[in-house]
Amino acid sequence: MPLKASDLSVGHVHEEVVVDNLTRTQIVQYAGASGDYNPLHTDETYSKEVAGYPTAFAHGMLSMGLTGKMLTNWLGDGRLTKFGVRFSRQVWPGDTLTAKATVSALREEGGQHFVDLDLSTTNQKGEEVVVGSASARVDA
Amino acid sequence: MAVDRFPVEAGHIMLFARAVGDTNQIYYDEDFAKGTEPGGIIAPPTFVQASAQFDPDYGLRPKIGQPWQGSGREPTGIQRTGGGGGGSGLHAEQHYEYHRHLRPGDILKATSRPGETWEREGRRAGKMTFRETITEYRDQNGELVITARSVGVQTSRPVEQ
Repeated sequence: MPLKASDLSVGHVHEEVVVDNLTRTQIVQYAGASGDYNPLHTDETYSKEVAGYPTAFAHGMLSMGLTGKMLTNWLGDGRLTKFGVRFSRQVWPGDTLTAKATVSALREEGGQHFVDLDLSTTNQKGEEVVVGSASARVDA
Repeated sequence: MAVDRFPVEAGHIMLFARAVGDTNQIYYDEDFAKGTEPGGIIAPPTFVQASAQFDPDYGLRPKIGQPWQGSGREPTGIQRTGGGGGGSGLHAEQHYEYHRHLRPGDILKATSRPGETWEREGRRAGKMTFRETITEYRDQNGELVITARSVGVQTSRPVEQ
């Protein structure tokens, strides 16, 4: 069910655990589906020995995709008008991520209602991995 | 990124939704999708990133007969020349504006132009060079469907944890 503006207020928070114990296999799935085969994400040998990281880590776009799942589950399908993020920290195999949206504004434009959201996705240590914003059309 | 033809296909949407762990039936079940507000299968919000699959020159896909940076017999198939230093290119930001949502059967064309470039000294990654790219995705009717703004960063050393 799409969200209603009348059920929302500025400061309202919604959150969802979007991945629990991220697996290397899910990162491989993302590489295959997105076409981003950067070996930093799927090749342990390369990531450690050549790039100097402790292990392979997730694509930033996987953490954005996971954050987007929280948005579409909450807002309803086809309601997003804007979605933007900055990748503030890497996401590693084994991480559990919680995506959180906070209502920053409710607007009406041309008879349509919109919600603006601040986004923050954090790992199991409470560190922010994705920060961003989104806007969506909501019912009256 | 210049992509002349990105056909949006139902199977690809299903695989992409699985990869982000999204079990919403609107991404794979036509009958279910008919009963939803969009009235049919649509693509998840970040699906357009998969246009990389249709970019013939995309650098992060192995090409038959060409050296690949990932490991095989050696930790990398491409030996770095010069100083090294272990830096790498990473994705710093991604922003989308949706003019409408993608459906199977859409055929997109993407055109990109460079945006701004800036530098910053980071605590965890040393000198960082940021480069912005703006990409417009248009459909088979020439209508603008998604505007994307991407920021990539080149770090001078691996990001400290």
